[in-house]
Amino acid sequence: MTDFDDWRARSPFYDESHEALAQSVRRFVAREIAPYIDQWEADGELPRDLHRKAADAGILGLRYPEAYGGHSEGFDIFHGMTQTEELAAVGAGGLTASLMTHGIGLPPVLALGSDALKDMVAPPVLAGEKIIALGITEPSGGSDVAGLKTRAERVGDHYVVNGSKMFITSGMRADWLTCAVRTGGAGAGGISLLLIDIDTPGVTRTRLDKMGWRCSDTAAIYLQDVRVPADRLIGPENGGFIGIMRNFNSERLGMAMGCCAFARVCLKEAVQWAQTRETFGKTLVKHQSIRIKLADMARRIAATQAWVDQCAWGLENGRDQPADFAMLKVQATQMLEIVAREAAQILGGASYITGSKVERIYREVRVNAIGGGSEEIMLDLAGRQLFGGK
Amino acid sequence: MKILVPVKRVIDYNVKPRVKADGSGVDLANVKMSMNPFDEIAVEEALRIKEAGNAEEVIAVSVGPAKAAETLRTALAMGADRAILIETDETVEPLAVAKLLAKVAAEENPGLILLGKQAIDDDSNQTGQMLAALLGWGQATFANTVTVEAGSITVARDVDGGLQTVKLNTPAIVTTDLRLNEPRYASLPNIMKAKKKPLDTKTPGDYGVDITPRLTTLKVAEPPVRSAGIKVADVDALVEKLKVLGVGA
Ligand SMILES: Cc1cc2nc3c(=O)[nH]c(=O)nc-3n(C[C@H](O)[C@H](O)[C@H](O)COP(=O)(O)OP(=O)(O)OC[C@H]3O[C@@H](n4cnc5c(N)ncnc54)[C@H](O)[C@@H]3O)c2cc1C
Repeated sequence: MTDFDDWRARSPFYDESHEALAQSVRRFVAREIAPYIDQWEADGELPRDLHRKAADAGILGLRYPEAYGGHSEGFDIFHGMTQTEELAAVGAGGLTASLMTHGIGLPPVLALGSDALKDMVAPPVLAGEKIIALGITEPSGGSDVAGLKTRAERVGDHYVVNGSKMFITSGMRADWLTCAVRTGGAGAGGISLLLIDIDTPGVTRTRLDKMGWRCSDTAAIYLQDVRVPADRLIGPENGGFIGIMRNFNSERLGMAMGCCAFARVCLKEAVQWAQTRETFGKTLVKHQSIRIKLADMARRIAATQAWVDQCAWGLENGRDQPADFAMLKVQATQMLEIVAREAAQILGGASYITGSKVERIYREVRVNAIGGGSEEIMLDLAGRQLFGGK
Repeated sequence: MKILVPVKRVIDYNVKPRVKADGSGVDLANVKMSMNPFDEIAVEEALRIKEAGNAEEVIAVSVGPAKAAETLRTALAMGADRAILIETDETVEPLAVAKLLAKVAAEENPGLILLGKQAIDDDSNQTGQMLAALLGWGQATFANTVTVEAGSITVARDVDGGLQTVKLNTPAIVTTDLRLNEPRYASLPNIMKAKKKPLDTKTPGDYGVDITPRLTTLKVAEPPVRSAGIKVADVDALVEKLKVLGVGA
């Protein structure tokens, strides 16, 4: 029998320090998450307490600057990947999406924000005391980021913001929103990033129920005459687009790694089932067509993981190209789609009943393929970058 | 007071062990290894005693191959202050380990040695007891609760009928049972900090201890596969079957 986490032992990118981290996160998941995840899925959100516990365990701060309470010394990108893998083991994508929302909300602040802004935001977020979300997508669309409509008018020492944001992860619990707004003319050159206090008058929000990621609170956020102090501007006025874009490579890499991890969870459940379930007088795994399915799933996962690891190495060593991350995300989501399908097929009726991890992951395939840049947009972007054409 | 915590690198408790084809032992090639769970409980207890102000230093020690250093790093990441690896690739039996630990104890003068009650690989349940005999110290095995006072340690032991409370004068030996505590997970930054904590490497020769095994393993075999049960129609049939099998009156 294979061990499902021994692939790291054969990879040149992972050593015993990654294994030590895996063991620690695994224990955290077993103790603080696994017993409660079904309840949180039913509740539609994670308890705040979990953020504090995850911060204490070092999970929230992994690979963030020590100066803000993060843990960067000695940790490389593959420690981050290992953590993603272990957090995925409960088979609930909403957990990572919502517990780690600061992974998309905080980097623009750290990359472009003033020192005062960084000092205000980063420590409480990394300590699990405050939640920060990212607001790019709007009801009118998410793919065309450069076309976003939410307006911020400068009035004295404030911006007055009007518009709305859609599908915002952790949006119901967020304290802060790293929010993309239009401060200038049309197109990418008119976009700025503002840090908005959710408590500000004029901010209202609605919970959105979903096909998957149920333990992650997703919100529509409405902004009506919201007055935001001008010093909450993140980076230069009309210079926000770059801040959004520079986030994308690591977000897409993280999502691709997540897909590999969830696919491994599916494979593991399918294998365990196939080894015990008997049909026509023998276990499923002894039927050739099922064995072939399992090997085919393993093949797809291994190939995708190899590219994930190579892209991660490239990102860490400055030898990456953005098109790769766009294509990698598509590779990973389509791989997960097939693996989740085949796992469900092997589990048969059991995969359709709430309670198996496969059932939940199957419901989460689409959010991976759409969120964080949908497949069509990713491939179009890569094609444009690699082969030209407007 | 110093606390000495011996820890053993064993096959991970989640792994289903496989016997080598030639029956000479369990196949450990490419198998995940981790700290013996009872030893994790011992490390945790030592740290709690230290955190309560009743000890100054926690020293982890392991006898085993070079890779046992990883197990010691785990103890350091949990919070132990320093570690000693007594490196050997040979098979070490409980008596050899106890002799080595007795030598370490003579050098370090701990007030308490906290061990797991047994290691989950060979389930010997001997090292703590042998060590107590070699040192001539009091021992409390299968600890359920440990209370440290000046000059003495009170231990409630898990015994068949319930709990038995014993009081030991220090220095003393205590072995841990499952219900003593729930070990912490090492926080991620502590995993990195553990790399910088001192880890001394020694050999059995440094302590002048002969670790030659006293036992010969003849054969290791898988437990027999349980054959499928049968269904009986009713209670009468069940009683009939039990009589045939000679179970019960
Ligand atoms: C659960 C969940 C959580 C999310 N969390 C966040 C968050 O925290 N913050 C945030 O800002 N956003 C978030 N999103 C939004 C997500 O990023 C968007 O859904 C995504 O970018 C797509 O935008 P859209 O849904 O508006 O689809 P649209 O942009 O309307 O596109 C609809 C479809 O048309 C395709 N399409 C669009 N344009 C083209 C074209 N030119 N050529 C070919 N095909 C095209 C797209 O690929 C897509 O399949 C989340 C979404 C979900 C589902």
